[in-house]
Amino acid sequence: MTMKTDYIGKPTNRVDGRLKVTGQAKYAAEFDSPGLTYGFVVSSRIAKGKIKSIDTTEALQLDGVLQVFTHENRPQTAWFDKSYQDEDSPPGSPFRPLYSDEIQFSQQPIALVVADTFEAARYGATLVNVTYEDAPFSTDFEGNREKAYTPEKYKSQPPPDARGDMAAAFASAAMQISEEYTHTSEHHNPMEMHASTAIWEEDGTLTIYDKTQSVQNSQKYIDQIFGLKPKDARVRSPFVGGAFGSGLRPQYQLFLTVMAALELKRPVRVMLTRQQMFSFGHRPATIQKLQLGASKEGKLEAVRHEAFGETSRFEDYAENVVVWQNVLYQCDNVAFDYKLIGLDVYTPLDMRAPGGSTGQFALESAMDELAAASGINPVALRLKNYTEKDQNEDAPFTSKELRECYRQGAEKFGWEKRNPEPRSMKEGHQLIGWGMASGAWEASQQQASAKALLTVDGKLTVSSATADIGTGTYTVMTQLAAETLGLQLEDVSFKLGDSALPDAPLEGGSWTVSSVGSAVTLVCDAIGKRLLKLARKVKDTPFATAGYDEVIFSEGHMRLRSDPSKALAVTRIMRSAEINYLEEEVTSKPAEKQKKYAPYAHSAVFVEVRVDEDFGTIKVTRVVSAIAGGRIINTKTAESQILGGVVWGIGMALEEESLMDTTYGRFMNHNLAEYHVPVNADIHSIDVIFVEEHDEIVNPIGAKGLGEIGIAGVAGAIANAVYHATGKRVRNLPITLDKVM
Amino acid sequence: MRSFTYTRAGDVAEAVNEVAGNEEARFIAGGTNLLDLMKIDVMHPRHIVDITRLALSTVEDTPEGGLRLGALVTNADTAYHEQVETRYPLLSHAILAGATAQLRNKATDGGNLLQRTRCYYFYDKATPCNKREPGSGCAAITGFNRIHAILGESEHCIATHPSDMCVALAALGAVVHVTGPNGERGIPFAEFHRLPGDTPEQDTNLNQDEIITSIELPAQGFADHYAYVKVRDRASYAFALVSVAAGLLLEDGVVKEARIALGGVAHKPWRKPEAEALLHGQPATAENFRKVAEAYLEGAKGYGHNTFKIELAKRAIVRALQQATENKA
Repeated sequence: MTMKTDYIGKPTNRVDGRLKVTGQAKYAAEFDSPGLTYGFVVSSRIAKGKIKSIDTTEALQLDGVLQVFTHENRPQTAWFDKSYQDEDSPPGSPFRPLYSDEIQFSQQPIALVVADTFEAARYGATLVNVTYEDAPFSTDFEGNREKAYTPEKYKSQPPPDARGDMAAAFASAAMQISEEYTHTSEHHNPMEMHASTAIWEEDGTLTIYDKTQSVQNSQKYIDQIFGLKPKDARVRSPFVGGAFGSGLRPQYQLFLTVMAALELKRPVRVMLTRQQMFSFGHRPATIQKLQLGASKEGKLEAVRHEAFGETSRFEDYAENVVVWQNVLYQCDNVAFDYKLIGLDVYTPLDMRAPGGSTGQFALESAMDELAAASGINPVALRLKNYTEKDQNEDAPFTSKELRECYRQGAEKFGWEKRNPEPRSMKEGHQLIGWGMASGAWEASQQQASAKALLTVDGKLTVSSATADIGTGTYTVMTQLAAETLGLQLEDVSFKLGDSALPDAPLEGGSWTVSSVGSAVTLVCDAIGKRLLKLARKVKDTPFATAGYDEVIFSEGHMRLRSDPSKALAVTRIMRSAEINYLEEEVTSKPAEKQKKYAPYAHSAVFVEVRVDEDFGTIKVTRVVSAIAGGRIINTKTAESQILGGVVWGIGMALEEESLMDTTYGRFMNHNLAEYHVPVNADIHSIDVIFVEEHDEIVNPIGAKGLGEIGIAGVAGAIANAVYHATGKRVRNLPITLDKVM
Repeated sequence: MRSFTYTRAGDVAEAVNEVAGNEEARFIAGGTNLLDLMKIDVMHPRHIVDITRLALSTVEDTPEGGLRLGALVTNADTAYHEQVETRYPLLSHAILAGATAQLRNKATDGGNLLQRTRCYYFYDKATPCNKREPGSGCAAITGFNRIHAILGESEHCIATHPSDMCVALAALGAVVHVTGPNGERGIPFAEFHRLPGDTPEQDTNLNQDEIITSIELPAQGFADHYAYVKVRDRASYAFALVSVAAGLLLEDGVVKEARIALGGVAHKPWRKPEAEALLHGQPATAENFRKVAEAYLEGAKGYGHNTFKIELAKRAIVRALQQATENKA
């Protein structure tokens, strides 16, 4: 479609910004109801074994405590694994809260204390007396490497097939890099803790406010487990205080809230504590082995990328860690493997650019090692090995302006002034280093539905059951609808986060703008087409013979494309037809032609670090991130997405680390004082460049999602800059000062 | 978090009286640490005595030429107090290196002295910890001990004291004034905090029924040559892996007096006067600084994850002394 630019590509403020900064935006734990009760979760002390006894007498005697739910008195729930599976479940047997006396992981919820006040529930939780029967367990990721296995079924895709003869090509290569890269588990830690509030409506139905990336996923999950009908329980999530993947699967507080509300016939709220935010899905620890064989000139001749990923004993979580060479660097002799190491932990969960941010850390570090070993400029090395197709799929890209990312990024950064010699730049005690990396992330489109309602006063309401987890969904969808029907932003409202709205995919995978945005555009076009039909009948109409592609909408008017002064106000068209409203609902699906192409967003990241020569402390003083993300709908929210990704990349490279004590099977630094993410003082100059990228194939609106590409490549670029500053190659994240000093 | 009773004390005598003989009673001022620990059930006092209304919020000159900081002066007000900034900039810098602006606005000087360790195991009731539960064992010795002690630790506890402010107070040689049922006494800063020994549950030598009323700074503030160097995992809101408070008196490049205190390395701010004395009468050179650093870390012991702190502390001492020297050279 040809898009006008009244709103598209403009730095538009968030339409919900005022609600947020004035505290009027309500989150899952902020909805109230008369007689609201509060649930507090009791978590398991041990990592594996059985609950020998659980004595709730003392807790039940406490004033205000209404009930203590345990595996002994929970209501009957569904029998089969299938009922506990959700849209994002990996293959396996999902965790069932309070199901039996069996403990499968440390901090497993083992009881819910429900009371009239939060304080009483929390106090009551300290009075639940539990005895355990310990069973042997292991949470030692590295230590279980020998027991790694290939899952019967992969969550997404199996590792790509080998091509050519990697072993022979590697053996004969002039340049050989063979290294191992690791990182520990990490936790999402959105600001808003996971919470659900279940409220009884007057008609006896439940409205459940849940922190989730998919209200419909949450709804199906509880319907299946508790045998509810969709009309019995509606799930809403108008605002989400960050999720980053942690809300892709229904978390156990949802189960506990609904169970307690159904049993007690009272409204219930359950909010997890920050400590309990370390009790479920997390980015899995990974060990990666990279082998690169290349000619003296740096042309890749062999690539092997193997990885071990962490998973639980009950589900096979897997990520696309080893696939990235296929879309970034041309090479004919390649081999891949991805195995799992099962531990007594909760199942890992997608966390911002799952597999990509980690796989590209290893790949881009190895490419830097090759550049250093062969004396080739890291940018030149990447250009030399540039691929014009996804080699695994043997498909051309829908678009790929990565060359332009390298060029514009390098220019803005001043890369050409880089002296390749490590430790060549110094100021006082600070060693200065420059590093770079490439990034890539899928730009897929999913099926999505949307509804539009245009009323005779010229107000448009568009809706879809998607989510806005802080990304700007409300704003971007409003822009797309306003653009398509030529309305003022103020005359358009977008509704989301309600399971009763038209179907939307999980809000994840960087596909919300492409999927829901395509549906929004399509449904607004459907309204537009009906307006045209009506307009043809208006007296003295200029549209008597006009086709839909001959009209445009702007400033509240339908206009002839060939002569925009020939126009009718949308409100006049409806009044003439004596129509109070127009309503349409559509489902948008990826077009058939897309299947022949590989859809990816790309990035080039340039980083400057300053490393204290004595202490090893690292400061990321400059980042330039050049992004090829198709059409940018809102340059302001888009830039925020990339800034957030870069900041997280800095955290991933230097700070984030969930410390698993294998003696106790617990993550030990389970609070935000000891689990480090970047603070303001860690963040300095970040420049975001969106390179021009025209893509008519990727989806109808030509936009690629930006949720994940921003973090891709960042950790690798930082590790490479640290090497350039210090001469020290750190291959295990996070790069803390003790690894550098 | 468990239920507790609450009273607000009107004066020091009343406050002392409220806690006297009641092991389950605790004072609350800023509450920035106590409340966190109560929420996770690591501390569970039955009786809370609010002391925020006591008249302990002033900063006054002492007849000896020093400065007296009321126990309830906030960390922020202390750090930005004109007299502190000009006469004791080391203290000001140390305070501002700690926590966050919000915490410093709430936290009091007396409370800062009494903050508990950040040992992961102390904070997690599912694991043994002799400090939290005497006799249960120390999980940190064989566990994650990257942030733990390398000096003065015992087989029962390798926790560190987390304060930045206290490191500067140790270097300055402050005196902690306290009041108990039997009256007032002054505790030299070096004797205020304890080493863990076989009673790691006791952080300080303050008696249960005593209240801190003020912190007295001596006249010498080392305002001409001082440095607070803090090495940590991120630029703000992180506890010190190693920190060094240094104050020097210099005359023509020769050290007349040196004060050095280390944070993040022991159960208390670490002073070693005999090592400081190695500098006395010596030129302020990198070589001499390194000698002092070596002496300071003599006998230090690493437990695996934290072994890097030994060399890091030495480098931090050298850096701090260099910075102190260059300060107004």
